[in-house]
Amino acid sequence: MVEGWAREAHGLFRSHGVRQVGYVPDAGLSDLITACEGDNDIRTVLLTSEEEGVGLAAGAWLGGEKAALLMQSSGVGNTVNAIGSIITACQMPLFLVVTMRGQYGESNPWQIPMGQAVTPVLQSLGVRVFEVESDREAADAIEAGLKMAFLSNAAVAVLIGQRLIGAKSFIADVAEETRHVGA
Amino acid sequence: MSGPELERDEVVSRLMQARGDALLITGLGSPGWDAAASDHRPENFYLWGGMGCAVMTGLGCALARPDRKVWVLTGDGDALMGIGSLATVAVQRPENLAIIVLDNEHYGETGMQPTHTFHGTDLAAMAAGAGIPVTALVRDDDGLSGLIDMLDGGRMPLFAAVKVRAGKPKPVLPPRDGTYLKTRFRQAVLGPTEAVQPR
Repeated sequence: MVEGWAREAHGLFRSHGVRQVGYVPDAGLSDLITACEGDNDIRTVLLTSEEEGVGLAAGAWLGGEKAALLMQSSGVGNTVNAIGSIITACQMPLFLVVTMRGQYGESNPWQIPMGQAVTPVLQSLGVRVFEVESDREAADAIEAGLKMAFLSNAAVAVLIGQRLIGAKSFIADVAEETRHVGA
Repeated sequence: MSGPELERDEVVSRLMQARGDALLITGLGSPGWDAAASDHRPENFYLWGGMGCAVMTGLGCALARPDRKVWVLTGDGDALMGIGSLATVAVQRPENLAIIVLDNEHYGETGMQPTHTFHGTDLAAMAAGAGIPVTALVRDDDGLSGLIDMLDGGRMPLFAAVKVRAGKPKPVLPPRDGTYLKTRFRQAVLGPTEAVQPR
């Protein structure tokens, strides 16, 4: 049973007529992916790289459909040229749901640089960024973002913060089996 | 070993004669000039940027419009940059999408530097390996005729790499205003009202 912001997001995708959902999986997105995959009115498109989703969304719009893209924050780095060169250049709608890493409580140092860069990178390309930290904020921002994207030809990213989805811990989650090796 | 024998403008001209009402997405650079030279119409969306995204733009459009054939016409450089897209297309299996790569084995817009295909990479084999059910490597007139038959009534999704001579195409430039190209394409596909009054 899908609950919380993911359930709201799926309902809003339906009510706003989103027909294609492109994604690269992330743990924090798994409920939303499951909800979309179980919906016969939504075509889910598994991507090898987040950049593909930008082309998908552009092509969907050209053909008269609305697409949403789901990705982890590190994947935003893979979308940069496609967003600037297609979405911004053509004033195409774009709607991203980004689950954050490298932020609040991160325990993998490799995630922190890209996580911290997500907002300034997206904003520098003309994407409106809504950062949310609760189920209610997420639902509000997703609704506002869907309206802006598809009625105002705007590019919008809703960033789901680690206060909401939790910070993955490599120490606590797998403590039983984990061995740590050093120099 | 001699190079490719087919001329790109003749290839595109023959393809466009067989196009019917297929929607067309062109990858950046020469494929757009080729399409503009032989078959410029509102149902053409010319990418002027976003290298690597032509196939996925075609996929999004094909999924949105299952009632229309969608052709992607692009180059080997663009196809290589978006090579993972072939796996994504294979998983989706759109029965209305054809991907045609004009493989001149060079980056045409940047000074004719060789691409990976010049050094032996086989795009049709990569497409087959990705799981695209119908693939072709076209090297001559007979192969081109076969491709045209496949485009007319064959199974899709289809991927074809057409080996063409590396030469500068005629400089026939389509409009470069992306917002204009987008709206023009949507008007042609969706009608004049829905194109500009999305609900």
